[in-house]
Order: sequence, then structure tokens, then C-alpha cells
Amino acid sequence: MSIFADNSTRVVVQGITGRDGSFHTRQMIEYGTQVVAGVTPGKGGQRFDDRVPVFDSVEEAVHEEGASTSVIYVPAAFAAAAVCEAADSGIKLIVCISEGIPVLDMLKAVRYVEDNGARLIGPNCPGMISPGQTKLGIIPGQIVEPGPVGVVSRSGTLTYEVVWKLTSAGFGQSSCVGIGGDPVIGTSFIDCLAAFEQDPQTEAIVLIGEIGGTDEQNAARFIKENLSKPVVGFVAGQTAPPGRRMGHAGAIISGSSGTAEEKIATFRENDVEVAERPVDVPGIIAGALNG
Amino acid sequence: MNIHEYQAKEIFRRHGITVPPGEVATTPEAAEEIARDYGVRVVVKAQVLAGGRGKAGGVKLATTPEEARDAAEKILGMEIKGLTVTKVLVTPAEDIAHEAYVGAIVDRSSGAVVLMVSPEGGIDIEEVAAKTPELIYKETVDPRYGLLTHQAQRLGYKLYAGDAARARQAADIIQKLYTSMVDSGASLIEINPLITTQSGEVKAIDAKMNIDDNELFRHKEIAGLRDVESEAKEEVAARAKDLTYIKLDGQVGCCVNGAGLAMATMDLVKYYGGEPANFLDIGGSSSPEKVVTALQIITSDTAVRSILFNIFGGITRCDDVANGIVEATKEIELKVPITIRLTGTNEDEAVKILEEAGFSAMTDMDEAVKTAVELAKN
Repeated sequence: MSIFADNSTRVVVQGITGRDGSFHTRQMIEYGTQVVAGVTPGKGGQRFDDRVPVFDSVEEAVHEEGASTSVIYVPAAFAAAAVCEAADSGIKLIVCISEGIPVLDMLKAVRYVEDNGARLIGPNCPGMISPGQTKLGIIPGQIVEPGPVGVVSRSGTLTYEVVWKLTSAGFGQSSCVGIGGDPVIGTSFIDCLAAFEQDPQTEAIVLIGEIGGTDEQNAARFIKENLSKPVVGFVAGQTAPPGRRMGHAGAIISGSSGTAEEKIATFRENDVEVAERPVDVPGIIAGALNG
Repeated sequence: MNIHEYQAKEIFRRHGITVPPGEVATTPEAAEEIARDYGVRVVVKAQVLAGGRGKAGGVKLATTPEEARDAAEKILGMEIKGLTVTKVLVTPAEDIAHEAYVGAIVDRSSGAVVLMVSPEGGIDIEEVAAKTPELIYKETVDPRYGLLTHQAQRLGYKLYAGDAARARQAADIIQKLYTSMVDSGASLIEINPLITTQSGEVKAIDAKMNIDDNELFRHKEIAGLRDVESEAKEEVAARAKDLTYIKLDGQVGCCVNGAGLAMATMDLVKYYGGEPANFLDIGGSSSPEKVVTALQIITSDTAVRSILFNIFGGITRCDDVANGIVEATKEIELKVPITIRLTGTNEDEAVKILEEAGFSAMTDMDEAVKTAVELAKN
């Protein structure tokens, strides 16, 4: 098992003919992902690499090819619209890789996805991979192995680093999900934790956070109240500079400075073990799985 | 992108929010001239992209044009949070009867714009929020409908209970503030303070605005407000090549792909007893040219005693980075040792390129960081 997606997931790629879209679609197909359709408005009727049918709209891809999941690589200016189109067309899982989307656009898109009963992962994220089953996005396939560890992270390359260390130490993964680093995102840490808790393959979870916001603190409290499986936390940014902050509104509303120290302390208060370095993660996982 | 107070006030004016007049001066003489034209007491305010101007002595009251000149003389050239003040705003002083706070921000946890007001303005608003949270009033805006009239009114009456005239003025300003936020693609706006004058007029005498960088492509006029002279030189050079650079005070210059990994690398430098000299994210799909710029920026910091590359190839190809390092070292003479860690996409090709050019490469992050920290001590 895995969370959110497996080898039966039928995928449409929005922006399949673009530079990033075409490169990563080939990588996904090579990994075994069932890419059943692509969408590039104006290029309907073509075939991508002589095999994947391209449509003008997501609606056609859903109707003609039975796509249930979308991966989005369209440029930032059109990405929020692509998310809404997918949700409106009956897509249930939308993975938005595109970065640089205006946050005010995302506020509306996130509501729209919710109202249509779909799940959004991202934007500005590496997507997710269920090792040995399917890859939705850009996480390199060669660094993962099937196994018992669920990974959820706000970051991209730091996720690869930690996943690679897990794989190298012999700990495969059930699913690895990059939820994205933007201020407004679809799927949260808590959504992933709840899904991993339900997933029979997952025996332990790694949560990789970073400075800013209160998502890690909320996740820490959720873990204490709702999870039976062990969770290891890591927070990047202990040496990050405080910055030349202009306003106060952010701090007022969250009542938090969003520092690494605060996040690490909240994890510990809620009995979540915290790795000091990425290299310490596999050892803690080993203890948790054997303990 | 942060913009200056005078620029934010101009946006306010265009949206019909009452703000006092004001003009910008870059010399003490010009400040004196502006004060003379107004013919009243003025406030001389540092225009710098950092908070805490008042505490740093960057805001001064002047009763005569000569005093305005003296104030500008003191403020221009002053350093606030590492940034040099090159401009002052000269604006007529107001007769203040009351000071309030108004803010609007994109709130991560509710995924919505939240408007906030407090009748306790003009002071450290975070302290108000911490000590007397009951004096902060909020309205969450549903992005589907925007700020509704009754929400703006509710906030207006929270500010000025029992004074319908002022409450209505405040509600009008709050509504226009929200419109200006959406129209300019701002992710944060603050007015602190929103004042009431002795004659009962409500107006904004300060303005902070942060524009979402991702909005700039569709707001050319706002993108044009960027004041590169007020920003650190290296940060401007980095941005031109799509790099993110922040200077710090350490000795180990870091060049990493991805923000999370870059922070984790800096943390590891500290863990092994060193201090990072910078945050530098070369981003995804890094071309050799980006690496050249990154090395130029890192080596321009004379405090750097050792350079560390940490690349986990995904979209970023390790051979691109290797070519960039070889290219850059032909152009720039390296005076400090360089430690290179590469793993992932096209790692083997990268190692070959580096070895042919006389460099060695590592694959383990901890080993590389330890080495770079040791080398910085020599």
C-alpha cells in the first residue's frame, strides 16, 4: 500500500509539451507511472512521444482516457487556472509542481479544489512518489526503495537527501510526499500524517520541516493526539538569519516567530523525537522500528 | 519585495485612502526646501526597507526648515539593520488625538487574507498582541467574496466604538486597503498608526507594504518601484541570475541547490564548529553561468575562508554545476580552498569533469561540511 496514489493511478499531465513537462513526463513513464493523457490547449489531437494522446482540455482527458489524477507543469501565470480546471473536470488528486504562483491566486484555487472534493498537493513542490508503484512529479526514482517509512516534507532537495540516507541505510519508503514551501498550499503535514496512520504499509514516519509559519507546531500537537506510529522530525534553518522583517501582522496572527528553535521545542514537548542532522534520521528510525 | 513608505502611500492615494502630503529628499538642503514650502512643523522620516526606523533614530520632528535640514543631515547615511539610508520623506506633522493599528496579511494557516485592527496603535503592536490580545480584532476574508461591507464596518466600530463618524471613516479606509492589497498583489500591508486628528479626521500617517514577488510579472508599474540602491549589492546581482543570496557573518561560503538543503547545510556548518558566510540557493535547472555568478558573489566576500558546494542532483544536473565551477575558476582566481560535494543526476560525469580540471569531489554531505569547516580554520 501507499498513500494518495498507487500503480493503478491514471495520470494526465497538464503542460505535457512544455520543456519541464515533457522531460519529467518521460521520467514518470520510465518509472512506471500510468500517464494516460496530456493536456496542452491548442495541441489537442497530437501524440506525445508517439504514444500519449494530447487534449485541449482536462475534461476530454478524463472523459476519453479515464484520468483521475493530474500533474501540473504549466508556467506560474497559468498554474492556478490549471489547478481549477483539473478540479472542475473531476480530477481527485492534483499535484502542482509549478513554482512562482501568486499567493492571492492560490487562495482562490485552494478553496475551489476543496469545494470540488479534490485533493491538491503543492504548489511549488517536488510532488510525490510511492516507490515501486508510481511517481507523480520530479522526485528522482533512483533514490527510493519500497519499504515501511512514510516521508513528508516542505522541501525539495533536502527531502532527496534524507530519503537517500534512508534508502542507503536499508529503510525503504511507503510514500514520499513533498507538500511544497509556499505560504498557501493544498495538502498539509497533518493530512499526510493522518493518511500514513491509516496506511498498513507505513510503520514509521519522517517529517521534514523548515523555518516559517506554524505548520510544524500544529503537526506536533496532532501527532501526540492522533498517531500511534512513531514520527521523527527534522527542522532546517537553525542558523537562518532573522531577516529585515518589515511588518508585524504575521507574528500577531500566528503568535509565533516561526523559528527552528520554537518548532524543535514544540516537537519535543509533544514527544516527537527530533534528528539534529539529516544523517541521524535513519538511526532514529531503526530504533523506532525495532522498539 | 518590500517598498518604501512614500511608495506605499502613493498607492494608498490612488485608492482614495487619506494620507498626508509628503516629498522625498536625498540631501539636507532639499529637505530644508520642502519644509520651507510646507511652512509648518514637519517630520523627517528615513526611507529604508527595514522595520524599527523610529527606535533607530530614523524619524525626527522639525519645527523650522533649518531643523529639518539638520534632521535630514543626521538621518541620511545612517545605517539601519545594515542598510544605508539614502532618502528621507518630509511630511507635515499632524495634531494627533488618537493612534490605531490596521494590518492585512495573507495568513498561512487559514489560507485567507486576514484583516486586523487595534485601538492601541502607534506602539509596538506585537507587544499589544502578546499582553492584551483582546485588543486585537480580526476578520478573515473568504477569497470567493472578498472583504464584505459588514466586515469592514465591524472593524471600524471595534476601533472607534460610540463614534459613528470615525468608525465610518475607518471602515472606508479598511475597505480601500483591502482593494489596494488585491490590486497591487501585496501579501502584507500595515498602517501603524492610523491616526485621528484633533479635528476628527482619520488618516494613515505610515504605510508598510510587501508585494508578492510572484505578482510582479503582471504589475509592471509596481515592479518598477524596486529600489536597488537600497538593497545589498550582492543580493541584487544574485537576483539578476535567479539566485537567492543572503549575506551572513561567518567564514564558510556555501553554495547549495534548494532552500531547504541550503539551510540544512548551514546548520551542519554550525554543528561542526564553523559559521556559514551566507545562504545561497542556486535553484533548480542550474546552468553553468549561474554557478559562475554564485562563485563571483561568494568570493567577493572577503570574510570567506573556505568555499563549500553541496549539490543533490535532481532537476539540477551535477555535470552542469561541475562545468560551472571549472568555468568560474578560469575567470576568478580562488584564494581560498573549495570543497565540492555532488550526488545524484549525472554524478559520474561531474566527477570526471572536476578531476580533469584538478579538483576532487565528495559524495557525503557530512564529510564535505566537516572538511570545509576545518579548511576555514587555517
